[in-house]
Amino acid sequence: MAGNVWVLAETWRGQVSETTYELLALGRELAAELGVPLQAVLLGHQVKSLTPQLGAAESVVLVDHPALAEPALEPYTYALAQLVKARQPRCLLVPLTNISWEVLGLLPAALELPCANFCRDVRAADGKLQARCLLYGGKVEATAAVSAAPALFGILPGSRPAEKGRGEKAPAVEEVPVELAEAARVKFKKYLEPEAGDVDITQQTVLVSVGRGIQNQDNLALAEELAAALGGAVSGSRPVIDQGWLPLSRQVGKSGASVKPKLYLALGISGAPEHQEGMRNSELIVAVNTDPGAPIFAIAHFGVCADLFDIVPALTEEIKRRKASRAA
Amino acid sequence: MNIVVLLKMVPDVVEELEVAPDGKSLNAEFLRLIVNERDAHALEEAVLLKERHGGAVVAVAPEAPEVDEALFTALAKGADRAVKITGFTSDFSTRAAAKLLAQLLPRFLPADLLLAGCQAIDDVDGQLAAILAHELQLPYLGLVTQVKLEAAGRATVTKEFAGGVRGEFEMTLPAVLGIQAAEKPPRYIPVAKVRAAMKTQKIETVPAAGAPAAALVEVLQLAKPEAAGHAEMLTGSPAEAAGKLCGILLERGVL
Ligand SMILES: Cc1cc2nc3c(=O)[nH]c(=O)nc-3n(C[C@H](O)[C@H](O)[C@H](O)COP(=O)(O)OP(=O)(O)OC[C@H]3O[C@@H](n4cnc5c(N)ncnc54)[C@H](O)[C@@H]3O)c2cc1C
Ligand SMILES: Nc1ncnc2c1ncn2[C@@H]1O[C@H](COP(=O)(O)O)[C@@H](O)[C@H]1O
Repeated sequence: MAGNVWVLAETWRGQVSETTYELLALGRELAAELGVPLQAVLLGHQVKSLTPQLGAAESVVLVDHPALAEPALEPYTYALAQLVKARQPRCLLVPLTNISWEVLGLLPAALELPCANFCRDVRAADGKLQARCLLYGGKVEATAAVSAAPALFGILPGSRPAEKGRGEKAPAVEEVPVELAEAARVKFKKYLEPEAGDVDITQQTVLVSVGRGIQNQDNLALAEELAAALGGAVSGSRPVIDQGWLPLSRQVGKSGASVKPKLYLALGISGAPEHQEGMRNSELIVAVNTDPGAPIFAIAHFGVCADLFDIVPALTEEIKRRKASRAA
Repeated sequence: MNIVVLLKMVPDVVEELEVAPDGKSLNAEFLRLIVNERDAHALEEAVLLKERHGGAVVAVAPEAPEVDEALFTALAKGADRAVKITGFTSDFSTRAAAKLLAQLLPRFLPADLLLAGCQAIDDVDGQLAAILAHELQLPYLGLVTQVKLEAAGRATVTKEFAGGVRGEFEMTLPAVLGIQAAEKPPRYIPVAKVRAAMKTQKIETVPAAGAPAAALVEVLQLAKPEAAGHAEMLTGSPAEAAGKLCGILLERGVL
């Protein structure tokens, strides 16, 4: 039906991804505002068994095709382009994840559709759709308006609680045939699994996480010492991994691990959306940063606006002192 | 192996960003512009590939404050040519920029690879590399962390997924790639080398032609992000703050 709200139901290695439910929760709010149905669009091969999980939508548009078996996104884009052209939804909410990434670029390019990215919210206002988008590493929020339809919105993970996007009853399913050729120009070959053997940061109760503020590899010793005192491990933000100061297995965030320790201590990390994605559900977040405007302070429970090179040694010493006096 | 790399100047987010009186842009007076971090990785990947396979690297950047220094730095790092595109304003939408670049870049072809950063931090309306690929009818992959050339116009390209899992793809060349990270950290170049490049090398200037395509997304306002909460700040000397924090950790059963 023309004018509906659509959510791209993302799958990752055979499962509906968690962020799909977040988008369904957001989609449901938007559909209610517009007074139109919410539909989930599920693409893949032999994925029909997943449709009962998408009950937050009124119905599911399903495309099942062998060319959609692998995470190579040209065929996904062709399939979506056919659906969008034929059905003319008001908007399509797409998870802004590494899995659906290329769809957000290729689909609007192919159909000349408006696309707003980095959205944490989408609302109807004055006959337009308005998105709130995080730019500049989370330091600035843009309000962006789109009047044309269909429109695409790339939704940041974490926009709504996933629980609100789970429905009890199985939705109606409409299977739509599409014409698709095998991916020819970009072919998926295989997954490269993370190297095993290193510390599994998702299993730690305490993470001392360092960002670009740590300045160089030698300074990591400070974080190691603090982590040892706390009985935890050291993790890091992307620049620290990109510099090779820590292995990829220690990266927290969008491309790295999602962690939920009892304590996440963020040292010299600004708190960009891509980093927050991987640690915002930690039980206790403490941030040390010299910039009072750092986005990390918006989600931390406690913060210290100071130089980490002053705070970390003081903290390590204090912990050691308390532990020693307890032992005595 | 001929490679075109796109560079975009963006504000350094470590500085304070202030919204201008128009409410829709940043106050330019206080901005320090740097090359978008992902683009620095794209340039590094291009230079690494050139060192491995020969060929030439062309760095292309629209006119912007500090762009000359960025282009001379690219030359010092190993780019063979540096091209500045004039007639580009900073408020071009991604779509407009992509369409203008799609008209200009064929001048620098045949290139085997067109590399952009996977994402710029300063625009809402989507992925330049994807639009460019569409306009030039080339294959595209984003979030790339490794490129291996195979024989006869093919490459094995690694893309990052989540949780440390990556995917290996085979692509036909020429192709457009959005680079997430180079295989090695971007090389450091001493200022003296950049100065030497300024003395011995030239930046070519090419005007953008034609009217920019209309933006399909309108930015109504920029503001500090609304937040549901804020950390409770621990103040005092480092020792005092550390003491307070230890108290909290004890209370929460972490210590
Ligand atoms: C597709 C994509 C995926 C990404 N995936 C991830 C990911 O998985 N994980 C991730 O982390 N990022 C990821 N990023 C990158 C992300 O956008 C940010 O660039 C990154 O998180 C910034 O890291 P940072 O906070 O360490 O560095 P910066 O943003 O540079 O922040 C450094 C902070 O340190 C503070 N500081 C400096 N010196 C000191 C000091 N002496 N004491 C205290 N504080 C100090 C500064 O005030 C600043 O806030 C991704 C980006 C893209 C485009
Ligand atoms: N105006 C521009 N000029 C040059 N390159 C750009 C421009 N906009 C985007 N790019 C390139 O495309 C990448 C992705 O940007 P975007 O898709 O706009 O987030 C950037 O990292 C640059 O490499």
